Amino acid sequence: MRLSRRVAALAVAFGTMFATVACSSSEEPGEGTKKVEVFTWWADGGEKAGLDGLVGVFKTDCADYEFLNGAVAGGAGSNAKQVLASRLQQNDPPDTFQAHAGAELSDYINDDQLEDLSAQYTEWGLTNAFPKGLIDNLTVGGKIYSVPANIHRANVLWSNKTVLAKAGITKDATTIDGFFADLDKLKAAGVAAPLALGKDWTQQMLFEALLISKLGPEKFNGLWNGSTPWTGAEMTAAINDYKRLLTYTNKDRDTFDWTDAEKLLMDGKAAYQLMGDWEAADLDAKGFKDYGWSVFPGNGNVFQWLADSFVLPKGAKNADGTKCWLKTVGSATGQAAFNQKKGSIPARTDVGTDGFPAYQQAAMADWKTATQVPSCPHGSACAQTWQGAVGSAQGKFSSDGDVAALQTALASAAAEFGPKK
Amino acid sequence: MRHRRRTWIPGLLLISPSLILLAVFVYGLIGWTVNLSLQDRHNARPAKGYVGLDNYTKLFTSDINDRFTHSLKNLVVFTLVFMAGTIVLGLIWALLLERRAKAEGFWRTVYLFPMAVSFVASGVVWRWLMNTGQGDSAGGINAIFHGLGLGFLESPWWTDPDWGMAAMAVPAIWQLSGYVMALFLAGFRGIPEELREAAVVDGATTFQLYRQVLFPQLTPTILSALIITGHMSMKMFDLIMSVSGAQWLTEVPAVYVWQTLLTRDYAKAAAISVFLLLIVAVVVVPYLIHVNRSEKRS
Repeated sequence: MRLSRRVAALAVAFGTMFATVACSSSEEPGEGTKKVEVFTWWADGGEKAGLDGLVGVFKTDCADYEFLNGAVAGGAGSNAKQVLASRLQQNDPPDTFQAHAGAELSDYINDDQLEDLSAQYTEWGLTNAFPKGLIDNLTVGGKIYSVPANIHRANVLWSNKTVLAKAGITKDATTIDGFFADLDKLKAAGVAAPLALGKDWTQQMLFEALLISKLGPEKFNGLWNGSTPWTGAEMTAAINDYKRLLTYTNKDRDTFDWTDAEKLLMDGKAAYQLMGDWEAADLDAKGFKDYGWSVFPGNGNVFQWLADSFVLPKGAKNADGTKCWLKTVGSATGQAAFNQKKGSIPARTDVGTDGFPAYQQAAMADWKTATQVPSCPHGSACAQTWQGAVGSAQGKFSSDGDVAALQTALASAAAEFGPKK
Repeated sequence: MRHRRRTWIPGLLLISPSLILLAVFVYGLIGWTVNLSLQDRHNARPAKGYVGLDNYTKLFTSDINDRFTHSLKNLVVFTLVFMAGTIVLGLIWALLLERRAKAEGFWRTVYLFPMAVSFVASGVVWRWLMNTGQGDSAGGINAIFHGLGLGFLESPWWTDPDWGMAAMAVPAIWQLSGYVMALFLAGFRGIPEELREAAVVDGATTFQLYRQVLFPQLTPTILSALIITGHMSMKMFDLIMSVSGAQWLTEVPAVYVWQTLLTRDYAKAAAISVFLLLIVAVVVVPYLIHVNRSEKRS
């Protein structure tokens, strides 16, 4: 009797479990014409605040529709990407999802999973609101598949003012040679590793900033669209300079996250760190005021961008509602609401600077006049498989410093994962 | 005949739930992975068809930087250092406790305790212990060497190109040598006391006693210790991931699978997984056959 009661209880428990699963599939998000499921990995912090700001605008501009939060937290987006992949595979896409703008989308585009938004770009006036360089980087085979919500800048050199002053450095270097001279001065002043550096993707960022200086924006863009060879002598020279640059960095770089490297800067153990402009918000949040910033020496007026964007997947249940969401994302009010809270800048060049902190205001001014180039570790220049191959080549170089091997590896990565001629 | 069937059917009914679960969730998944590894399948797209062993040959021919071969080499170094370390340490500790030492239970717990800690937790601790900052900024082991004036012993540990992988084995040895000790202790206890007494009566020295009487009896235990540590090291993922964050220098196949999966190269990840499964099988299957045979004998 007792046993059978237990069995009955278990059966009920299992039954409920399956019933819940069954129910959840009938209450699928986005079903019906009202709800717009927005899939992101913005679940907390400034990112969540930014999303909330955007949702506020959506609620007034698209009152006919209802926002449904499909955020998947954790793993810096890797959890969300896995969930998204399986949903796309089962032909159950969310109405829209967050993805890095640019080449990282090529996986979805090649698989024919995204709708072309070129017509909407004209309709909503985005073609003129976004800078031409960005539009060029976003265009794949004459079509545009995403609407960027924000812009971050990757090629920014952050510095500790006190450390620089102690070494007698008063002006930001504007060339690579000038930068090497400053680094030598810092070494002479007793700063053993003046350039703080972290692991994998942060090394890729430093390398790219150097490549922009050595090759110029046009040839740098060419590395990713196939018009600049990875095998040339200029590349060899750039890798040699990168090798020299590594001698000014902390030896334990491969064990460091970007925030560990940032701590070296804050503690005055390093003078510089190359990092994206999210560092400004982070330093402010940590109460460190003594920082300066400049564009990486030799980058001139080049703005290396990365962006979060939204797309319209094929088979989205509520395409009209999604278009209204995308219009909000691309609108001046939407971009202002989102970026003031997230700590990035609008992709549009016609948004007023009021309400943005000092660094962002300067970046917004640069964005209008700059030459735009994309970034591989942040997905705007290359697809994820390519990114993985570059990452491992860079990791190997960090430990063995073999210039020829790095160049060969980068060239084969481009041949295998890059654009096919 | 009828009577026989009656006993056979309930038996099958009883065992069938576990058989079904085993078939679906263990062998079904293995089969699914093998199937995936034979396809051209990347990202979220549907399979483009079967490509035979292409995904496998690519691992050896077109893998950038020979990443897979490199991770295999790393695995060999890690396995050798880890196996040698755990077995030697485990044996030493078992020998210390083997003759009913004082407070044996206490010491056994002390040696075994690291095994109770999760790999991730101990990985985090070892990450700090092997902190690579040198001089003033050194932490953990390097700080101790620095403080003792033994600066020449300071090392970047797992970012050292020559010793990185061997250094990675140290936390694993720390964690699992107690377990090997327990195995050996059980092995020693399984040897009949008469053998020992007979050897002593025959005038064997302690060295002779261990060398010629006890160790030969311990062979099956040593074999299982080798197999267990060997297959553990091949699957090592969490510890390596949490100590080094799986940089190029310390990448092993299990970590490579994970990294590949993150770039959504599913077919390649499946191929690496199957390859790893085969290596583990080469080690484990003969052992299982051996165990089954000796169980039948006893």
